[in-house]
Amino acid sequence: MRRGAATPYLLIAPATALLCVLFLVPLVQTIALAFRANGTISLDNFASMTGDINFNDAVVNTVEVIVLSVPLQLALALGMAMMLQHLKRGRDIVIWIWSIPLGISDLAAGLVWLAILTDHGYLNTVLYHLGIIDGPRSWLTYETPLALLIAIVVEETWRATAIVLVILAAGVQLVPKEYAEAADVFGASPWQRFTRVMLPLLRPSIQSALILRTVLAFEMFATVVALGGQNFPVLMSETFNAQYFQQNYGVAAAYAVLIMAASLAATLVFLRLLRTPPEQLP
Amino acid sequence: MMQRRIAALSSLRLFMVLQTRCHCERSEATRVGMRAIDRPRLLRSARNDMGRCWRLTSVTVLAGVVMLLAAAFPQPAAADTVFLSTQLRPIEEAQKMRDVILKDYQGHVTYVVEQPAQLPVRVQAEMQGGTHTISAIGALHGELEPLVTLQALTPLDTLAAKLTDRGIPAALMALGKLGTSQQMYIPWMQATYFMVANKQALPYLPKGADLNALTYAQLADWAAAIHAKTGRRLLGFPAGPQGLMHRFVEGFLYPSYTGGLVTTFRSPAAEDMWTQFAALWKDVNPDSTRYGFMQEPLLSGDVWIAFDHVARLLDALRQKPDDFVAFPAPAGPKGRGYMPVLAGLAIAKDAPDPSGAASLIDYLTQPAAQLATEKAVGFFPVVNVAPPADLDPGTKLAAAAIAATQSAKDALPALLPVGLGTHGGEFDKVMLDTLQLIVLRHEKPQAALAREAPILQKILDEAKAPCWAPDPPSTGACQVK
Repeated sequence: MRRGAATPYLLIAPATALLCVLFLVPLVQTIALAFRANGTISLDNFASMTGDINFNDAVVNTVEVIVLSVPLQLALALGMAMMLQHLKRGRDIVIWIWSIPLGISDLAAGLVWLAILTDHGYLNTVLYHLGIIDGPRSWLTYETPLALLIAIVVEETWRATAIVLVILAAGVQLVPKEYAEAADVFGASPWQRFTRVMLPLLRPSIQSALILRTVLAFEMFATVVALGGQNFPVLMSETFNAQYFQQNYGVAAAYAVLIMAASLAATLVFLRLLRTPPEQLP
Repeated sequence: MMQRRIAALSSLRLFMVLQTRCHCERSEATRVGMRAIDRPRLLRSARNDMGRCWRLTSVTVLAGVVMLLAAAFPQPAAADTVFLSTQLRPIEEAQKMRDVILKDYQGHVTYVVEQPAQLPVRVQAEMQGGTHTISAIGALHGELEPLVTLQALTPLDTLAAKLTDRGIPAALMALGKLGTSQQMYIPWMQATYFMVANKQALPYLPKGADLNALTYAQLADWAAAIHAKTGRRLLGFPAGPQGLMHRFVEGFLYPSYTGGLVTTFRSPAAEDMWTQFAALWKDVNPDSTRYGFMQEPLLSGDVWIAFDHVARLLDALRQKPDDFVAFPAPAGPKGRGYMPVLAGLAIAKDAPDPSGAASLIDYLTQPAAQLATEKAVGFFPVVNVAPPADLDPGTKLAAAAIAATQSAKDALPALLPVGLGTHGGEFDKVMLDTLQLIVLRHEKPQAALAREAPILQKILDEAKAPCWAPDPPSTGACQVK
């Protein structure tokens, strides 16, 4: 092979090697760890995982937060992206402000909301001064599961809508103005323009945003731990507990494999459901 | 180490110089290529230059990375005694160890900390690798025990004989043998768990109750009275993710009610205990499942009565010694179960500096160092020494509560789980799961205990852990009856 032909491969070799060493090898090791117990191949780790008293709660909680927060994030981000479209000036400033939560670490975001919702937090202070409550109220305990769920959904929405917005705003910019103008000419109402023209053309962006958000939502951890602690187990927090507190590496690996399988399944579903036929691409 | 850093820095500088040179060559080649007629030849030569440049750069980068890594993981100088500890891990405590407690020590010590779970892993890795860096090891009784199984400790009988003048109680010295015939560690410092109450709670104390001889029934009445009169649930437990609730179940609740832990795990006495504790939980602050260190809710007033480890209560006592009282944990039908926490000092087998480690142990068990430890980090002396006159009132409260616990007539010491090795976390989880099922999810104690007992037995079988006090000794793995 000529030297010139090898150059591209040489250039991508370090990145590929790094990915193999730091991603593929641990992945294979994790899968091997999950399916081994007492030196033989077995499903014991998965049995321990599903038999755990928190397993069902963790699955239900994770799915609940995803089902509630991801569509909410998508709807909000769509609305925000549409509004951005009509801004004549200051668009960058608005995007910058809206994406502030993106720059905050998960744990910090969780702590911000904890400061708001804790017994002596800002929410209770405001409610108290408005005369709605007569003393500190707990919102985040095992006795108030609904309030806890709402708090986590609100917090997740606050934190992660920005990333969906950034993806959708980029997608909106790629849609040629002519389509909207043509729709105008044919007498489409603003709502029709949005649902019949913009949404179908935004499909690839929506697909990317949904895949990214859902996969990340399966991995939510620090925010939920900050707000809910043990009162709100999710898959990732159970993985962490198994790994660090119980030092049961096999069960932790089983959780990791489950999260990976769920993420892959969600990705496949979105890829199929939101497939854009080539002729419809803008 | 300095030299290593300089080497790394100079290789970095070399790399930067090379980068600049390569950059110049590159831009020159492009410039020439732009105006030359034979562009393909020139471009080829430029590419060759870049190839050479790339090879040169990558070699330098590699050398630089190796040197940077060498500088980033410094090996202690040969004269330092490495002291690895699982205790006093938080930054402030470790800093106090280095700057205050070890201040007057004559030799050079490198104080490094390690998570308890990682201690046997690290020691074993050094044994397998053959490179020994650790000389002295400081850890809890239960954490040193697996090191005996690994044959990673040097017997300290000579040192123990030398230290007899320190007045370490014989019972503590006996624990330091870890079930062998030789002294495996020298007791270092001790602590335990107790209760703290805000003085505002005292008027609601049931009639005739003595704080230093409280029972669980009286504690329940007390919390219920506060709930009824103030409308607030002001009894608190550290049942959050960072809390030590499992120690309460293992060392206090179970021994007090059943006289054991593993053997009596699903006994009728345990069922009664859980029924009563679940009833008491009605008057417990529901935020308890979030609490890690009880000093915080005590100081904020969210909780008036709390149970925790001394190190996690001390801030409250020190900040507001006039607002709080400290007293032993309650007693149940079988006595006043409590968990003494004993840390010991050991010397690693094949330690690079055994004599340095021995003189370090000698130093740390001297009365002055013991008192300095008490003042700086709130662990209490194991040697016979009078508390200093200038001890702050908060630490005095804690010391009195610990003394009252140990000297209580019905005191029933329960050891930290021993011999579980890496299964310690799973064992704790069984206790917490049982608590969660019965107390938070209102399952029948009998059903929950029947569910958890086989899991507990499996852990003990896998760890081959014999029973520990207060369970009666067993020959094989401890059995749930």
